[in-house]
Amino acid sequence: MSTLSPRVYSARRSSTKSRRRTTEILLAVILTLALLVLLFPFVWMVLVSLHNQAQNTSAVPAWFFVPTLENYRAVIVGNNFLQFTANSLVVAVSATAIGLVLGVPAAYAIARFKQRGLALWILVSRIIPYITFLLPWFLVFSQLKLIGSFTALITTHLIITLPLVVWVSSAFFEDIPLDLEEAGQVDGLTRAGAFVRITLPLVTPGLVTAAILAFIFSWNQFLFSLILGGPNTKTVPVAVFNFISYGSVNFGGIAAASVLITLPVVLLALLVQRYIVRGLTAGGLKG
Amino acid sequence: MTQAHIVSRVRVQRRSASAWLDHHLRWVFPLPTVLVLLVFTVLPLLFNLILSTQDRSVSSALPSRFVGLGNYAQAFSDPRFWNATWLMTAFALIAVPCQMLLGLGLAALLNRPLPIQGLIRSLVLLPMIATPMAIGLIWALMMNPDLGVLNYLLEQVGLPRSLWVADPKLAIPALALIDIWQWTPLVALILLAGLQSMPEEPFEAARIDGASGAQVFRFVTWPLLQPAVFAALTLRLIDALKTFDIIEVITQGGPGTSSETLNVYTFHTGFEFLKVGYTAALLTLLLLVVGAVAVGVNLLRRSR
Repeated sequence: MSTLSPRVYSARRSSTKSRRRTTEILLAVILTLALLVLLFPFVWMVLVSLHNQAQNTSAVPAWFFVPTLENYRAVIVGNNFLQFTANSLVVAVSATAIGLVLGVPAAYAIARFKQRGLALWILVSRIIPYITFLLPWFLVFSQLKLIGSFTALITTHLIITLPLVVWVSSAFFEDIPLDLEEAGQVDGLTRAGAFVRITLPLVTPGLVTAAILAFIFSWNQFLFSLILGGPNTKTVPVAVFNFISYGSVNFGGIAAASVLITLPVVLLALLVQRYIVRGLTAGGLKG
Repeated sequence: MTQAHIVSRVRVQRRSASAWLDHHLRWVFPLPTVLVLLVFTVLPLLFNLILSTQDRSVSSALPSRFVGLGNYAQAFSDPRFWNATWLMTAFALIAVPCQMLLGLGLAALLNRPLPIQGLIRSLVLLPMIATPMAIGLIWALMMNPDLGVLNYLLEQVGLPRSLWVADPKLAIPALALIDIWQWTPLVALILLAGLQSMPEEPFEAARIDGASGAQVFRFVTWPLLQPAVFAALTLRLIDALKTFDIIEVITQGGPGTSSETLNVYTFHTGFEFLKVGYTAALLTLLLLVVGAVAVGVNLLRRSR
């Protein structure tokens, strides 16, 4: 690939071929070890989720064994997992959809009219600890008798999805040349019409990316759902948190639940991997 | 009025409405987002400031009472507040420098022609994208003093077993270790993007001048990498100070208060002890610390 010029290393021109080869092998070994460390917890999570109870309570870990799906069965059937998954989906999908409807025009405005103020506030809201918003929200939602409602969860998850949608999709709008819209306006479209008919279809891949990222971060959210959720709206992370805090040391069940929460996120993340860093940094890379 | 009249009038109205929209697109389009952010971020911040001057508790039926800066004074004489502030600082001071160094190393390793490059890039993303709750759970299992795999691995290489997060002295370093594992890849990818967007010319010039590899790094790569380094540093410092999920899932601030960072302490005063006014004051202080760090790193960057 053209982006991968090894220029940092190519300066060592005096080294012999064999010395360079040794260095190459050494670097490959270090990289492999680093990847092993990064992946080990995930591998371990899957292994433990497939262990039976005896294997999980033995002091020597079993590396080779006949896998059992008993842990998954117990989590899914015994713990209402499907209901919690449905709750998580309702919250994440709604918050993402509303975030798109509200955020995409704002993203367009930031890209076209260079609205620094709005962009800056989105960055600032990324810096503020979420817990600072949570206390006022909790008091207001209590007054409105909305604690435990989907309304409370969806509106607060909007604080995750909306800035993300605005931030990610404004970059895509910046890539669309203004000429195309101007041509549309010459042909009789209004400016808003040109936005809907010409620009929006062109940025659809960008909007899908923004939507997937927003969904992932809403799905992963733990704190809001812990405080504002209720028995009927409990999301998966909170359900699993309760499941462990009732004092169970069921390693297999905990690992199976972890796999089940993480799997959808990992699969979605693979679709948008080029944009994950941008989503996570949300503006930190600019300026 | 004839049919034609009405139709043309509607058309005129519609045209003038869209002309109005076109004219005001600049503020109509961002308006919904601005309103949502106003209602859900700006107003809560102001509300928080007001709450922080009140003596108020969710559990008590007594009406709230204005106490001025009383809650702040209480915080400054609360040993648990100072403990939490210190632990938050210690956590960030352990985690962030390690992430920056290891991230730089990983970025350099990834900035070379690699086989299965696409797969490696995807794998590196896993720790930062996986649900933090699941990450907390799996590390809690791995760090279990009796049955955890980490102690097994320590024994295999001849090292003594550890209590990990169950040891009051080790709780913060052990949690920082998880944070390092989780976020080093992000630092690496930010720095990698910085490495790959560098111009060719300075490197060629250095080569012609016969600079060694170390000299090229010191005098060419490192200065050019500054924007990416500061971006990663700002982001990680802020997020390390705010770390919540992992700590709440694994230790809930324990054993005792030995891993109760400021974020976790405010969570407990607010939603366990329901001391609203006091919590609001703690939140304001937390916000001031995080904001000061964000501004401080930015000033440092500008001064370069």
